[in-house]
Amino acid sequence: MCLGIPGEIVEIKAGRDDLAIVDVVGVRRAINIGLLGPDQIGIGDWVLVHVGFAMSKIDEAEAAATLEMLNGLGQAYTDELQALAESDIS
Amino acid sequence: MRFVDEYRDADKAQALATQIAALCEPGRQYKFMEVCGGHTHTIYKHGIEDYLPESVSLVHGPGCPVCVIPMGRVDDAIAIANEPGVIMTAFGDMMRVPGGNGSFLDAKAAGADIRMVYSPLDALKIARTNPDRRVVFMAIGFETTSPSTAMTVLRAAAEGIDNFSVFCNHVTILPAIKAILDSPDLRLDGFLGPGHVSTVIGCRPYEFIARDYGKPLVCAGFEPLDLLQSVYLLLQQLAEGRCEVENQYTRVVPWDGNLRALEAIGQVMELRPYFEWRGLGFISHSALRMREEYAAYDAERLFDVPGVRVADPKACQCGEVLKGVLKPWECKVFGTACTPETPIGTCMVSSEGACAAYYNFGRFTRQRLVEATRV
Repeated sequence: MCLGIPGEIVEIKAGRDDLAIVDVVGVRRAINIGLLGPDQIGIGDWVLVHVGFAMSKIDEAEAAATLEMLNGLGQAYTDELQALAESDIS
Repeated sequence: MRFVDEYRDADKAQALATQIAALCEPGRQYKFMEVCGGHTHTIYKHGIEDYLPESVSLVHGPGCPVCVIPMGRVDDAIAIANEPGVIMTAFGDMMRVPGGNGSFLDAKAAGADIRMVYSPLDALKIARTNPDRRVVFMAIGFETTSPSTAMTVLRAAAEGIDNFSVFCNHVTILPAIKAILDSPDLRLDGFLGPGHVSTVIGCRPYEFIARDYGKPLVCAGFEPLDLLQSVYLLLQQLAEGRCEVENQYTRVVPWDGNLRALEAIGQVMELRPYFEWRGLGFISHSALRMREEYAAYDAERLFDVPGVRVADPKACQCGEVLKGVLKPWECKVFGTACTPETPIGTCMVSSEGACAAYYNFGRFTRQRLVEATRV
């Protein structure tokens, strides 16, 4: 729950500037970007996602390092990814 | 993965280790608390203590959100889950946390409708699609998760969803740090500040630690080199007679935090006069509750919550571990009666709990150290 997972913004929902689609290691899910502000985020940006919300904008190097670290966590990360894959927010 | 090497480079780590050792005053012992459970995890996983001189020790702090939930609150949540028509929703980490009468998993097995969700927004969706049920979200966590709960409540209000509520157990990190500083049990020389909480609250709120308590704090990232560099920065401050809040994790943590997130929390929630922390007891103004304006979304007002207080099991020493007074392996039941499969204490449940992190990784580091000293 406390794990921040890096995701790349691939789409911002039309008519909902607080909703975006992120790609997290191949899994595409909707997240809320309302905490960052619509003018702060664009397609191709990387964000750190906590429980369905983008909490901070990060650069690609940080995203890669974080993903690598998460991979090393084993079960905790697998569980979090599984939970994210089952998430269906709107 | 060329990016990663930047934070993992063994040569860089060794170079930092040498610089760290050079900053240590001979004969002086240094104790730094890493507040965040994520840091504890990195420390054990990568054997960070192997890089530190013997005079520098890292002490684990209370920053594991699952670990600090008192047993009584779990029982209260289960009582709500057992009310007619209720769907209780919770993060996966919460499912195995033992209450006085078992965990969420036990209650689910006994017939309560308790569902795991990734996000409070998933809980809201369950409410939206089950208009005839009452959906409650078991909200836990520090400032990393409280903005998400607040935003979800605002969304529910905007959509007019009236069968969704929050059982609010959000805690705030600063009073816990203050309680540890005020406790006579432990003498600390400085803090490694939590990385993700600081993305929300920023670095400014820690200034009282430097100003009033004379302890430096460095907001640290989660990579092994981040932690070593942060220890270096703490020692450098001490060597130069400075005492400040510094930000090592500038790649993620803005000095002023996330104002939108803070506004959302402030709009929906307010400080409780006091709240019980597992192992730490009652701490004033250390947790959040729903504001009167959002009473319609407050499970504590909507349901008859028993408000039971359950003492921690006698054998469990999570309190001492959370305060940094005991190392996980010093607890009487560590690794014997209490394991990640059958946890007695919360520190063994969450992957960020010091006991689980040590059980999974640290044992090997310690074993290496013990063997090394034998030679």
